[in-house]
Amino acid sequence: MSLSYPFGFLDEYAKKEIRRTTLKAVAIPGYQVPYSSREMPMGRGFGTGGLQLTLSVIGKGETLKVIDQGTDDSVNAVSLRSFIEMTCEGVNTTTKTEESDLIQSRHRIPEKPLREDQILILQVPYPDPLIVVEASEEKRKTLHGEADYSRLLVKLYEDIVKFDEITISHRYPTRINNHYVIDPSPIPRWDVPKLNQSPALILLGAGREKKIYAVPPYTKAEPLAFEDVPFRVEDFNDVNGMRRCCQRCNCNNSFLDEFIDSKTGHKVYQCSDADWCEENTINNNETLEIANG
Amino acid sequence: MGYVAIKGGAQAIEGTKDVFEFLRTSQNDSHALPLDVGTIENQLRLLHSRVISEGGVYHPTLASLAIKQSQGDTLEAAFALRAYRSTQPRLVETPVLDSKNMRVTRRISSAFKDIPGGQMLGATTDYHLRLLRMELLNESPENFRKVTEILFENSSIDDIPDTFPKVLDALRAEGLLPEVNETTDNKKPFDITREPLVFPVDRSAALATMTRAEQGSLLAIAYSNMRGYGDVHPTIAELRVGYLPVLLPHPITGELTEVGEVEVTECEVVAMYEGDNDNEATFTLGYGACFGNNEVKAISMAILDRALQKGMNEEPANPSEDPEFVLLHIDGIDSMGFCTHYKMPHYVTFQSDMDRLRTTQKKQSKKESQL
Repeated sequence: MSLSYPFGFLDEYAKKEIRRTTLKAVAIPGYQVPYSSREMPMGRGFGTGGLQLTLSVIGKGETLKVIDQGTDDSVNAVSLRSFIEMTCEGVNTTTKTEESDLIQSRHRIPEKPLREDQILILQVPYPDPLIVVEASEEKRKTLHGEADYSRLLVKLYEDIVKFDEITISHRYPTRINNHYVIDPSPIPRWDVPKLNQSPALILLGAGREKKIYAVPPYTKAEPLAFEDVPFRVEDFNDVNGMRRCCQRCNCNNSFLDEFIDSKTGHKVYQCSDADWCEENTINNNETLEIANG
Repeated sequence: MGYVAIKGGAQAIEGTKDVFEFLRTSQNDSHALPLDVGTIENQLRLLHSRVISEGGVYHPTLASLAIKQSQGDTLEAAFALRAYRSTQPRLVETPVLDSKNMRVTRRISSAFKDIPGGQMLGATTDYHLRLLRMELLNESPENFRKVTEILFENSSIDDIPDTFPKVLDALRAEGLLPEVNETTDNKKPFDITREPLVFPVDRSAALATMTRAEQGSLLAIAYSNMRGYGDVHPTIAELRVGYLPVLLPHPITGELTEVGEVEVTECEVVAMYEGDNDNEATFTLGYGACFGNNEVKAISMAILDRALQKGMNEEPANPSEDPEFVLLHIDGIDSMGFCTHYKMPHYVTFQSDMDRLRTTQKKQSKKESQL
């Protein structure tokens, strides 16, 4: 016996359900809409929520970019991209942010600003920001409905008392459209401001936890903070207060990964967004060539 | 120095497939043959049962294939079967099947010695000494085939009845069990494959979740209840294994017609009585059922069903009575997927973690130097 898969792997009823769930998510910004969530042929936790969204909204002739931790060539991004290529005939893939209609991403939002005609799909492991203060989903649902985030604010306050600093590094709780607080997926704090008034539609899919939610275009997204303790992104300044640059493309306004150079043993920094870094490097070389005549 | 970020992912993934396949085929023996799916279904029938039950699709051939390609990993095999399910539309629903009609291969009761129809032990390892049978190390094909020839030599297959009355019916007739509630019985069952669990959920959603659950997870939580984090104290009224006819309406006449049968294990436990001033005291029931021959799973499920009913009616007093705790943590596909995902790169989030730790450390050392 042999098997042939339908376009987008999922059967049509499943895709229809996900589209309807997505519409509801867009209509109620930040609200986690439950959906049945099918099993995908890759592990729960590997982006099955994002993948189901991508497969349900993508159509022939559209161009997709898949990134994992900022790179298109990371093992998981490669695996997701080749699966989508295999099951979606007529879909193009790219690594360039500006060429893509859809971007599926894990843990990063591209550095290059997104446009109105683009959709960003984020993979979500934990959809509910209240999970750190309330284990029961039934109770969390009530708290969300009443926009009661006092326990979350107390947690932030306790952090300040204990460490003189809010210790949430990524998955920073963010209030959408003045009501629902979302877990914006494990993006670094660096990426959180990109959610605010984004021209692109941002969809978030949690496959294992069976939830879809959205930050619609031009919607307010504000990270939880206090008047006297503002929200802060990751600090990439060196001991002298100078902003560190990418060792490859010299960019000094991107999120950086740090490495130990295996030859010199020194710590070096490089853009986490591979496409951004590549484009800067090419531009730098062109400028250099023009300068050299 | 070169580009440090993880490049070459595609090639590396292809490589892992090749090595995985190499290990499947690299038996150091010139007579080695590939496993055929029939052998898996028959000679590894309990492994096969487990995968078909956790995969949630009754497809014996594909279940064998899943075991073969996953090289015997039950979680992976059930996972492949479950993913296949996502590509299939749901076309029809069967009416509720009555397990009274099961073609029984084994049924026991630990409540009564003498049950209507009698105890029928069938195939089980329950009373075997777990001594290694060294003679199977070098089993000859002749001896292997002879076993099936001699089993029924001295008995007539016709002497064994196909179906048996249910033990619970006898208990119910004596007024020891609550009457069947027709209104809840006729309610459309919750379909966990088409609807998410939004708590609180009803009993049918809990049963459906448990029937696909990973056996070890179910057993661990049920065991916690048996040992002392709970008080079900069950008695197995009946445990039966057999083939249940699947009925569908005939496309033309509409008459219910048997379209095939599925192997099922079913367990009904009776637990201590409940009753208040308004209602007559009766025993309470726990129900477990799953595809294939998985007795530990069916018993665990029945115990947890009873525990969860208590948790749904009153406040849960321990983890095994808490529907969210039990139902959200027993699916093998979910739990193993999330466990495995920790092997993926977490460079960005870890970078962000380091930023928080360093900032906090800086502040702490500043404070200390000021003291």
